Order: sequence, then C-alpha cells, then structure tokens
Amino acid sequence: MEKELATFKFRLWRRKITNFVMMGLTVVAVLVAIIPLIFIFYYTISKGITYLNLDFFIQMPKPVGESGGGMANAIVGTLILIGIGGGIGIPVGIMAGTYLSEFGNNKFGSLVRFLTDVLSGVPSIVVGVVAYTLVVVPMKHFSALAGGIALAILMIPTITRTTEEIIKLVPHSLREAGLALGIPKWKTTLLIVLKTAWKGIATGILLGLSRAAGETAPLLFTALGNRFWSTSIFQPIASLTVYIYDYAKAPFEDWNNQAWTAALVLILLISLLSLLFKILTRSKYKTNR
Amino acid sequence: MRRKWVIRILSKNFFKNHNPGDFLFERLTMFFALVVFLLILLMGYEMYDGSRMSIDKFGWNFLVNSEWDPVQEIFGALPIIYGTLVSSILALVIALPLSLGVAVFLSESAPPWLEKPLSYLVELLAGIPSVIYGLWGIFVLVPWIRNDVEPFLSQHLDFLPFFRGAPYGFGMLAAILILCVMILPIISSIVRDVLKSVPQSQREAALALGATKWESIKIVLLEAKPGILGATMLGLGRAIGETMAVTMVIGNTAKISLSLFDPSYTMASVIANEFTEATSDLYISSLIELALVLFVITVAINALARLLVWSLERKWKKN
Repeated sequence: MEKELATFKFRLWRRKITNFVMMGLTVVAVLVAIIPLIFIFYYTISKGITYLNLDFFIQMPKPVGESGGGMANAIVGTLILIGIGGGIGIPVGIMAGTYLSEFGNNKFGSLVRFLTDVLSGVPSIVVGVVAYTLVVVPMKHFSALAGGIALAILMIPTITRTTEEIIKLVPHSLREAGLALGIPKWKTTLLIVLKTAWKGIATGILLGLSRAAGETAPLLFTALGNRFWSTSIFQPIASLTVYIYDYAKAPFEDWNNQAWTAALVLILLISLLSLLFKILTRSKYKTNR
Repeated sequence: MRRKWVIRILSKNFFKNHNPGDFLFERLTMFFALVVFLLILLMGYEMYDGSRMSIDKFGWNFLVNSEWDPVQEIFGALPIIYGTLVSSILALVIALPLSLGVAVFLSESAPPWLEKPLSYLVELLAGIPSVIYGLWGIFVLVPWIRNDVEPFLSQHLDFLPFFRGAPYGFGMLAAILILCVMILPIISSIVRDVLKSVPQSQREAALALGATKWESIKIVLLEAKPGILGATMLGLGRAIGETMAVTMVIGNTAKISLSLFDPSYTMASVIANEFTEATSDLYISSLIELALVLFVITVAINALARLLVWSLERKWKKN
C-alpha cells in the first residue's frame, strides 16, 4: 500500500514537473520570437534617424561620391505605384468579395474562394515575372504601370477575402429590412450592406495597400527603378523598397546609411497609411449615425 | 416564331421574376470573381508560354542538371532547387517548435492583459517588409554569424560536415535563420487561431479528469493536428517563395554543398538577382521556367494546406 502511494506521488510529482517545464518553454518561445522584432526596430530607428532630415524628403539622390541628397522621387514613386495597384486591385477585390458573400453560396463560389486563398500564397517574385511577360514584354520597356499591375495582383486576394468576411458579418435583418421596403437587392447590397461594412472593408484595403508598399520583388523588373524624377506611368519609376535593396548592396557607407533611413521612412509611411485610414473610417462612422 | 420565344424567355427572366438591376449586379460581381479565377490560369499560361524556349531546349534535364552557367548558356536548376528545399525545410524545422510554443502560450496560458499586445507584436513581425529583414540581415545578422556563430560551431561541431569551411557570414546559415524569423509569426498566428477554435469542452474534460494544464494542451494539440499541419505547409510555402531577405544574405552561388557555411541560391533569389542582367532570350526563358516551377510548387503546397484547414473547420462545425 505504502509502495503504491509512493509510486503515485512520484508520478504526480513527475507530471507536475513536466507541466512546469513545458509551460516555461512556451514562455521561452515567446521571448525568442520577440527578440528579433526588438532588434529590427532598434536598428531601423537608431540607424535610420541619424540621416533623417528634411533633405531626405525633398532632395533627389546624389551621384556616387557626393554625400547628402534624398529620395523624394522614391517616396513619390512608391505612392504612385500603390495608387495604380489600389486603383486596379480595390474595385476588383471589393466586387469579387461582394459576389462571394452575397451570391457565392455555390460550387463556383467555393472554387473562387479556394483559388483566392491559393493566389495569396503565390510568391511575389512570381507575380513580378507574370507582370513582366504580360506588360513589359508587349510594351518593350519597364514601366510604373507594370509594377502597379503586379501590386494589384498581390492585393486582390487580401481585399477579396476580407471584404467577404466583413460583409458576412452584416446582420441578415438589415438585408431583410431593405428588401421588405421594396428596395431591389442590388441597391440593398450597395447602399445598406456595403455601407454598413465599410469600416471593415477599409481595414482590408489598408492591409492590402501597406503590404504592397513593402513589396520589392515584384518591382525589380517591372517598375525597375529610376534615379531621376518621374511621375509618368509609362516610364520606369523609383520606389523606396528597390532603393533599400540597391543601397544595402552598394559598397558605399553613405548609401548603406541612406538605406536604413529609407527603411525607417517606409515603416513610417506604412504606419501613416494605417493612421490615415483609422481617421477616415472613424469620421465616416460618426456621420453615419 | 423563334424570336417570339427568345423574347418571352428574356422578358420572363429579366423583368418578371427578377429586377433587371439585380440581374446585372449579380453578373457584374460574378465577372470580377471570374477575373480572380482566370488570373491564376493566366499566370500559369503566361509563364509556360514565356519558358517554352527553355523547355524545348532542356526538357526535364532542366530539373536534374546541376550546372547553372549563364556564360555558356547551360541552365540546370538542381543546385537551386536543392538550396531552396534545404533552406526552407531547415528553417521550418527550427521555426515550428518555437511557433507552437508561441501559439500555445497565446491561446492557452497567456493572461488576458498580455495576450492582446503580444498577438499584436507577433502580427507586427509578420507585417515588416521583407527587404527590411534583408537590410537587417546584411548589417546585423551576417556580421554576428561571421564573428560569433560560425567560429563557435566550427570549433565545437566540426566533426559534422554541415559546419565546415570558412566563416564567410553570407550563406545558407544566414538564410535559414532569417527565414526562421520570418515564418515564425505566420505559423504561430494561424496555429493560435486553430487552437482557439478547438471546443472548450475538450480542455474541460481533460482538466476534470485530473490532467495537468500541459496534459490538457496535449489533447488540444492532438485535436488540432490537421490545422497545425496546414499552418506548417503555409509556412513552408512562404519560406520557399521568400525572395528579398534571402537574396540579400544567402551569397548567391549555384553550388551544392553540405556545409551550411557555404553560399547557396534559391529559386526566388536567382530570379531576383539575375533577371535584369539576363541578356539572351534563352537565359530569360530559363529564369521564367524557374518561376513556373516555383509557381507550381507553391500552388500545390497552398492548395493542400487550405484543404486541410478547411476539412478541419467543417468537422468542428458539424459537432
């Protein structure tokens, strides 16, 4: 009897120790996961801020050997690129998402849903190659348009799926109320369902745009990059991400430092986008009430 | 006669049972859904079309030939495929236990005040542009590997063939570590969602039988196995296709080498690195074929992963 009790106590003790060790390991895993984040932010901010000044936003890049200068063209270029991408990607994404949630309760809907998820997993460099064969080859030169189209393809899955998920959350009673008043379904969807879901859809759009702003791979051989001022969508255009890549690889210390500043500006730009959308959607929400 | 019939059908479908606006609206949104559907087919076709020259010239040899020599226009992708698989699988092996730990902590044992900010931080980690990871890799990670990690490994583990050679910094090891950092938040946030959707009754049943917290979590993990597998495959797909960060630290040399210290190459980084420099049509065509191979692999992995996650969701909805 006593022996059995001892075995039982030993087992309980062992189980408790295992429990303690494993739960401790999960905490260690969290710490290990967070450390790189702290490091990346620490280096981006501390290294980026030393070169951050007004010149960076309003000056053009200087030739090799001359210090100073800025990346005004790349900042404008990134904005133009995500503008083109959003201009194509947002309408397609919202409409496809609306179809999936309002009419997509069938085989075709499931197939599109499935392919959208698959498309979101296609590497961005592959999308760049497709944009190259689709746009650059027929046009015979690199252009902002090609880069924008690549970004649009990357945005579409994100926007489609978030739009669908958000519209599905709109209570059915709202749709029924609209239909009961004799409003046709398309008007109900556009004026009641989409309007109610607008805030959530905007979050999806923001997510798509900020991811697009951070993309480099699909721009390397579509938008290419440009050391000069250009706002034409049919010419190669500079972008912050491609500059970071080029300047990080360059053997000049001055350029390397500017790459850190560009990284900081890119992160600020992405945060600014999210802030802007928050303000926009908030005021919209208030006036609706 | 026939015209009358057409008009009757049209008028019946258009104007009696349906509002014409409804009909048009449905078709319009359906058209955009179709765009998404056609996009994936178009992508496959465009790349097949673009790589036809290389497919005709090399055939299946493209995948098994181990020589990648742009100067003599011999393109064999074996070392590149090897580099892609080794870097992403080893990164996955390191990242998976860590992300399971993070997911378990976030969904099972984190106090509520800690869970939200931590989840936010993990998502932030997933949102950092990959070129910034690469920048950090070049100037922080690679020097650290060159000065501390590789000398340490070659001193203590040099009986293994994986840790031999000159500590150069840029190479497979750096790529593995940076991929690990990048896929960790992706896997852990999916696994966390999967764990959260395991019915609470499973945990309560285990705890009621006297199980410790960890034992109840083991049961939850077992229940969520297909979802975890799906998340792992999504992470693998992401690692295989990751471009910028890897290109910046892997050293870009198409050579098969057992040592993790040696520079290597991945499919995505070959395309990123050589596409703008490719001079001949055959060269470009071979690079497009690499993109096609990458496309097929990632589509297959993602399709399988989604099916796994979906089957699990359906099962839980039934219960």
